[in-house]
Amino acid sequence: MSEPLVFHYDIDGEDFISAGQASIQIKKNLRRIGLSPEVIRRVSIAMYEGEINMVIHAKGGTADVLLYEDRIEIILADKGPGISNIEEAMQEGFSTASDTIRSLGFGAGMGLPNMKRYSDKMTIDTTVGVGTTVTMVINIT
Amino acid sequence: MKIKDLKELLDADVLCCEENLSRHLYSACGCDLMSDVLAYVKDQGALLTGLVNPQVVRTAVMMDLVCIVFVRSKLPTEDIVELAKENGIVVLTTDKRLYEACGILYSNGLGVKESK
Ligand SMILES: Nc1ncnc2c1ncn2[C@@H]1O[C@H](COP(=O)(O)OP(=O)(O)O)[C@@H](O)[C@H]1O
Ligand SMILES: [Mg+2]
Repeated sequence: MSEPLVFHYDIDGEDFISAGQASIQIKKNLRRIGLSPEVIRRVSIAMYEGEINMVIHAKGGTADVLLYEDRIEIILADKGPGISNIEEAMQEGFSTASDTIRSLGFGAGMGLPNMKRYSDKMTIDTTVGVGTTVTMVINIT
Repeated sequence: MKIKDLKELLDADVLCCEENLSRHLYSACGCDLMSDVLAYVKDQGALLTGLVNPQVVRTAVMMDLVCIVFVRSKLPTEDIVELAKENGIVVLTTDKRLYEACGILYSNGLGVKESK
């Protein structure tokens, strides 16, 4: 079993304007490695939504992208407020985001559904008051 | 149509990546909600929006969009244009409103074709 190639990013939770920089970086790295445009697009969109969520809901966190031979794992971990009702959070249109965030183009409640749509597998591990870890797997076909 | 046809139809100004004006467009979307843009992949698409911030460009990068049109004469700041430029995305501004701009493009044959 070969070791995965790991990309690690710290996501600054203070600054909505720069949110998404890690996802841009990942996109560049995966292009350089030469993965298919479709896989790269799915990884970068899913990670981008996750990165935005960590900034607007959890004051930042870390992102690790693990590149295996047959798949990519994206692990987004934060020490934010956690999610009390995952089922509700997964519904399209459900959002607790502020009007300010909405006026900036996010907070439509489509982030988690989009992340699920673009990944082959997604798990959410969350504890209220402790934090949230979202893991997404995208197969390389 | 090509990006340069869109430019003519919307009487738009080019802010960067003029060298890419001959690229083809197969779809477009008009939207101020970036998560809605991110929900469905568009092939060789253009994004028309009234929202002006760097997340518009990052959304376009993630989606592999080739062109951004800021409507109602909204002028993006230099850092926004710079980010688009780094990624080869043509940025245009038009004084038309979102509804009108979309209508003009749609009636001239630019549909909403989606892929995968
Ligand atoms: N990392 C997170 N930490 C805490 N809450 C979260 C996190 N991610 C999502 N949520 C909660 O789930 C809801 C739905 O998320 P999402 O579908 O991305 O929509 P949006 O971000 O537009 O609100 C959010 O409004 C928020 O309440
Ligand atoms: Mg979200």
